[in-house]
Amino acid sequence: MVRTGTANLASVATAFERLGCTVRFVSDAAEASRAGRVVLPGVGAFAAAWKALAANGLPDVLRDRVAAGRPTLGICLGMQLMAAGSQEAPGTPGLGVLPGVAERYDDRVRVPQMGWNEVVPDDGCRIVPRGFAYFANSYGLKPPSAAPWHATWSQYGGRFLAAVERGAVAACQFHPELSGAYGRALLSRWLAA
Amino acid sequence: MTRLPVRVVPCLDVRDGRVVKGVSFKGLADQGDPAELARAYEAQGADEVVVLDVSATSEGRSARLDTVRAVRRRLSVPLSVGGGVTRVEDAAALLKAGADKVAVNTAAVRRPDLLAELAARFGSQCVVVAVDAATSANGKYEAIARSGAEPTGLDAVAWAKAAVRAGAGEVLLTSVDRDGTRAGYDLELVRQVRAAVSAPIVASGGAESPVHMASAVQAGADAVLAASIFHQSTWTVGGIKNALQELGVPVRPRYSERDAQAGVAQAP
Repeated sequence: MVRTGTANLASVATAFERLGCTVRFVSDAAEASRAGRVVLPGVGAFAAAWKALAANGLPDVLRDRVAAGRPTLGICLGMQLMAAGSQEAPGTPGLGVLPGVAERYDDRVRVPQMGWNEVVPDDGCRIVPRGFAYFANSYGLKPPSAAPWHATWSQYGGRFLAAVERGAVAACQFHPELSGAYGRALLSRWLAA
Repeated sequence: MTRLPVRVVPCLDVRDGRVVKGVSFKGLADQGDPAELARAYEAQGADEVVVLDVSATSEGRSARLDTVRAVRRRLSVPLSVGGGVTRVEDAAALLKAGADKVAVNTAAVRRPDLLAELAARFGSQCVVVAVDAATSANGKYEAIARSGAEPTGLDAVAWAKAAVRAGAGEVLLTSVDRDGTRAGYDLELVRQVRAAVSAPIVASGGAESPVHMASAVQAGADAVLAASIFHQSTWTVGGIKNALQELGVPVRPRYSERDAQAGVAQAP
């Protein structure tokens, strides 16, 4: 589990431990490269999290893992960090492996989005089930298409990307670790991918 | 406007590691073990759980970390924790112990910059302002600090607005007059705060029935909190959600792996 400095890691670590995993927190690039499975969690500010990743040489390690299809899961801000950037932090890059930049939800909806929203996976999704997942975010990715990723979409004042997956690499804008039985099912599927 | 399913939120008022409940914050009686209750409420369909350490501020300390850890171990839906948070470090310790959101009341009233500091460090989605409001003269509301013990002189609605502007991502709005009375939420209070802020509002204080909850939603609440009716088994969380749905209030359906495979949404 990658430390981004700002993230609250207790809930996500606990969720994996409940599923029988041993969780180690890493900020070292070599360790993140070696790990069988890597989770990039995230709560907090985009710029601060990116700075923490960059300071430890993690962007290249994460890009390599994604390119090689090695088991990697981005959660919430972790998903946004996989995009090209965020309106929250103009000028700060992201990993650039997901389409688009994170955009702030507009005034037609309550911001932050705080609660359970329905997520609907494309036919190709194997990790993300259909159901209701818990979101706590003010920014989201809204590309017209998620290709070459399999996409799970949701609606909040318009369509946005709730999750993406390709083989054993996945990212979700919501918090599976806080999504009860739905989240446990998702994490189990990722662990089996 | 996209509206999410209304969250039904059981609240655990904790003192000395036990869940307690009184009326208008007084006459607290034992209701059980926080981790056990949290787990039971999640199984019933709770969308979130709130833990408030009701003696923390008066004892000059932050909420007990061992309680937060114990609840987190058992709970896999969001956990908000409040009580005695006066510094960014208090919030950091609660988040590290397993809280997902931190609620602040007294300390933010005394020093509103605390909300901005918490939002900058953890993001607004982590920061809840707990507004305890009591009716005062001419239909106004006054914000009360220290678990109902200390009138602040602040207009509760104006304070909620200022707190959201400072960085709070949610308002936990409690009617001190209605707390524990089962007389229904103070709907006028919900309406006034709804008109003043765009952030989500959790209505609290006075819930007896699904009709009370549906009325609070009608008045503008995004989530409805209750304590006594769940602790005393007047309602299960699932029973409340079924009744809300019958009243036309959208709630989160229960998740079933088999139905997810078939792509079918479930009744709660």
